[in-house]
Amino acid sequence: MAMSDTGGTLTRTWARLSLLRESPVGMVGAALVVFWVLVAIFAPVISPYGPNTNDLDALVDPSPNATHWFGTDMQGRDILARVIWGSRTVLTVAPVAVAVAYAIGCLLGLLAGYYRGWVDTLINRISDIILSFPAIVLYIIVIMRFGPSALNIILAVIFIATPQITRIVRGMTLDLREREYIAAAKMRGEPALYIMFVEILPNARGPLIVDACLRMGYTTIAIGVLGFLGLGLPPPTPDWGGMVKDSYALMSIFPHMALFPAAAITSLVVGFSLLADGMREISMRD
Amino acid sequence: MLAFFLKRLASLLFTMLVVSALVFAAFEFTPGQVATKILGPFSTQDQRDRLMEELGLHRPVYERYLEWLGNVLTGDLGYSTLYKVPVNDIIWDRLGNTLFLAMIAFAVMVPLSILLGISAGMREGSKLDRTISVGSIVTTSVPEFASGVFLASIFVIGLGWLPGTATLDQGAGWPIAAQLVLPVAVIVLYDLGYVVRMVRASMVEVMTRPYIRTAVLKGLTFRDVILKHALRNAMIAPFTVILLQINYMITGVVVVEAVFAYPGFGRMLLDSALSQDVATVQAASLFAVLVSVSTQIAGDLGYMMLNPRIRFS
Repeated sequence: MAMSDTGGTLTRTWARLSLLRESPVGMVGAALVVFWVLVAIFAPVISPYGPNTNDLDALVDPSPNATHWFGTDMQGRDILARVIWGSRTVLTVAPVAVAVAYAIGCLLGLLAGYYRGWVDTLINRISDIILSFPAIVLYIIVIMRFGPSALNIILAVIFIATPQITRIVRGMTLDLREREYIAAAKMRGEPALYIMFVEILPNARGPLIVDACLRMGYTTIAIGVLGFLGLGLPPPTPDWGGMVKDSYALMSIFPHMALFPAAAITSLVVGFSLLADGMREISMRD
Repeated sequence: MLAFFLKRLASLLFTMLVVSALVFAAFEFTPGQVATKILGPFSTQDQRDRLMEELGLHRPVYERYLEWLGNVLTGDLGYSTLYKVPVNDIIWDRLGNTLFLAMIAFAVMVPLSILLGISAGMREGSKLDRTISVGSIVTTSVPEFASGVFLASIFVIGLGWLPGTATLDQGAGWPIAAQLVLPVAVIVLYDLGYVVRMVRASMVEVMTRPYIRTAVLKGLTFRDVILKHALRNAMIAPFTVILLQINYMITGVVVVEAVFAYPGFGRMLLDSALSQDVATVQAASLFAVLVSVSTQIAGDLGYMMLNPRIRFS
């Protein structure tokens, strides 16, 4: 019974998603995101060089040429290769962080909205405190205190995104818990966790999918910003924000070093945002 | 109204107390590092112990927290190890510079986003609406450092019209007004989209109300319907959102200040964090949270005054 229910939900979600074809904006977004996902998956195949291979001959003239299409950086590393490998960095850190933040945020939001009372008050108070920090200040404190690494960046994103997701899920739970099918489930004597995760959460999925997609975009920006501020992944990991930071001072001589990674991160974030807008559009139709 | 204000004020004080404890605790797990940092890696354990005692770091955490809190409340923000001056001597100048930048950006962003939001929202689904909506999604999706790179390569490197840095230093040969153009442009581009979408959504909603239909049916021109009937009501909901942008502009402009070497509050926070200057980071974080919580309360109060139908209890 539960199995076929889940199967039905998945099919319906997929049917919804294929409606995206009717939103040109959403399709552009989907194309950009799919492009970068493919680039990240096939990085070893399509990358012309390793991300940290130094071509010392290229140091004489690092500008784009036939052997290095996007040029090289100040250490003779191929920019195209680093942009390609950099997509792997972003597309592992962001999904992991967003997924964990969603798991915790959904749980806390469901608990707060379903039980209300002191559980709600406690979760709200803690969320309020975290949300009172401007996000960038929290990022700086967390990374300064615990040091820059992929794991710490993921933890910082989770720490900052979770209360926001909790808020959204709580709000939707407060609304959905008054529905008749919830009363029916309670009457059947279903356990509270079953009601929360099988009855409430799937019915809140529309706005949550859109938010998750937008959040992937924000998280991509956050990873890039941390890299740009010198708080990102330690070198020599290829990281778009870090590439811009390393070459920003040289922009007046070799603008290509900063332009290509800046264009890469922009196209990925624009992709997530347009995809989210397309999905919002089709979910508002009914 | 007064009761609501007092309640919010109490919650502000409570939040600030918890935040101050968190900010203090974040850097207090390993006070030994402070001594190593000041004396260098080649100092002996004995030297470090003596310095720790001198600095009072051997006392229990809560005692040092209360002392620190007392100092902060009486206006002593500690000594900056990066700038080699008391934090008080640097933080106010930097806040002033950021406020200056924020005010200009705010003065450009608010009228522009209201104009775009109203134009998009007055005819939902029109070509103009789609263009503005998609355009605002795109501008908001460009990270500030990336739009800094794009704008700099056009206006600084390509055309040579503007300077690439905004150090507020007259000696660089560029007037301050020219230095501010790109930082303001980056802030406005990044921040604009969100406000435009809020104004648009509110406008779309107002345009479906019966009194708008009445105004149209009684023969008013479209212009009068928009200016005299729709505009004022459409501005209530986005008011809070607009006010919250002050918060972003004062505390969130770290990236813009880093891109253009602007001597502001955000850059001070970043530089002090990168060089482990704890006193400055703590003071700056407290200020950032204070600004953030205060603008939220101001937003709520303003919203309440604008919209008499809503009264918080």
